[in-house]
Amino acid sequence: MKSRIFLLGLLILFLLLLPTFAGKYPLYMTIHILILSVFALGFNLLLGYTGLLSFGQAGFFAMGAYASAKILLVIPSLLLGAIAGMVAGGISALILGYLCVRHTRIYFSMLTLCFGMMIYSIAWKWRDVTGGDDGLVGIPRAPFQIPGVFSINMESMGNYYYFVLIISLIAIFILYRLVNSPFGLTLKGIRDSENRVSFAGISIRNYRLLSFTIAGLYAGLAGSMIPPLENTVTPPLAHWTHSAEPVMVTLLGGIHTFSGPIVGSILFYLIKDIIVRYTQYWLIWFGSIVVFLVLVFRGGIVIFFTERIWPLLSHRSPPP
Amino acid sequence: MYLWLLAAGLTLVFGVLGVLNFAHGSLFMLGAYATFTFYGKLGINFWVSIALSLISVGIIGAILERLFIRRIYDIDLAYQLILTFGFILIFDDLVKIVWGGVAMIPPMPSFLEGNLSVLGRPYPIYNIFIIFAGLAVAVILWLVLEKTWWGRMIRASASDREMASAIGINIPILFTTVFVFAAMLAALGGALGTPVRVVAPGIGTAMIIQAFVITVIGGLGNLKGAFVGALIVGILTSFGILLFPVFELFIIFVVMAIVLMVKPEGLFAK
Repeated sequence: MKSRIFLLGLLILFLLLLPTFAGKYPLYMTIHILILSVFALGFNLLLGYTGLLSFGQAGFFAMGAYASAKILLVIPSLLLGAIAGMVAGGISALILGYLCVRHTRIYFSMLTLCFGMMIYSIAWKWRDVTGGDDGLVGIPRAPFQIPGVFSINMESMGNYYYFVLIISLIAIFILYRLVNSPFGLTLKGIRDSENRVSFAGISIRNYRLLSFTIAGLYAGLAGSMIPPLENTVTPPLAHWTHSAEPVMVTLLGGIHTFSGPIVGSILFYLIKDIIVRYTQYWLIWFGSIVVFLVLVFRGGIVIFFTERIWPLLSHRSPPP
Repeated sequence: MYLWLLAAGLTLVFGVLGVLNFAHGSLFMLGAYATFTFYGKLGINFWVSIALSLISVGIIGAILERLFIRRIYDIDLAYQLILTFGFILIFDDLVKIVWGGVAMIPPMPSFLEGNLSVLGRPYPIYNIFIIFAGLAVAVILWLVLEKTWWGRMIRASASDREMASAIGINIPILFTTVFVFAAMLAALGGALGTPVRVVAPGIGTAMIIQAFVITVIGGLGNLKGAFVGALIVGILTSFGILLFPVFELFIIFVVMAIVLMVKPEGLFAK
């Protein structure tokens, strides 16, 4: 356990010092990794902990992105944009989740897919508000400020990196506490045996809804960090193929571990970056990796590491 | 009608094999590209090129089922979706590598050009042709499933896999056959659909969503439902484009959501 905390500290130190020696591109990549991690962690609360496969998370991601973009175009305040994105993702997840959690398994997946595509079609067609297929452009990377107290310029990639890093670390920490609380335990109980949990007098539907809302909240937060980075938001953010991203990443890292989605996100961008150097057709390779993973490697990278590699390295039993 | 062909295959695979195949739209796309190549590029006879595309996509379907889908019958649905999603990525890029990333407009066979006058209004012959082809497939499917020995075996294994295998039905071969048949239906949809639309990488992901909507409205695994569902979606789309072009796509998903919430087993469940 001690060595894990040490490693974690080392990782955070590395992330904090990254801007001092890394160029703009690695920072840009790391921001994307962090955003995808937050997105996928929220998603994994649903899949890994509650046992619900959502194919509409991109809808909430886009809600967050559009909300934050709209705010930033009016009031240039980064924090306000992030909060708006989070609230937008959370509220839409609460409303749609109320309708979705009636079902489980395939019907749940279909219903979330359906709602996600609804949000996509709104983003695509409601030109007055969303800018149609052009999206919203010219979103400023606003300063991080509390009026009258302080204001930090975010124009440089390094500063924005710190903003994303700190928000993501806070979000990850909160989620970590959450899944290791009685709440997380209840969710796992629902995943493993619905009947037993309901016999214990727990409202399954409310817990599922709560879990869905939190996942939406995280998707919205992740989405809200996109517009200041890219300066635009476009409808493909809400498309169902984007919903598949957290699914793949979570699978890559491992479903039943907390760190799975984070490891998966890192690998996702690393694989992409390496393959893109050799060929523009990187999806064919990524698709093959996904197929391979499902067929032979279903536990994910993290489980593989903790159960096979770790004992070899330390000659000890794997950490819990 | 080509929507019906696509949805029929999807729902057949789900009903019998219990696998929801995300890559089904990609098979549609492959069918479209294959016909485009045989007919548009190589100038082979229209009917022969359709037959050739069906055979080639059927072979791809067989490989897919034998090597990959077969291993995932018993695992969780999430993994099935993800595995088949992996194939979407693979097929999309394959198509880009082979045919390039630009959209192409395939030629229309000359004997199907022109208009017929139906009830006093001009109507493209090609549309009539597709309608009849779709109806023909519906009738054939119904006959095969309800009246033949093969159909009885398929229905038996759909309702109880173990029991069917116990009375001597060769389940693995049957499943491969069903999957290949479904792939060919998708390819036929793609082949017939191409002269009226463009072929481009990514039509697979667009088509599969429509197919999902149809199969969900009709009930997953329900062929009759898929037929009616295809009609509903087709009518909704065309009237939607005429009356409120902004919300055409939206309305389809609203219908899908309502069906899922009120009667998730589909409108035509027994």
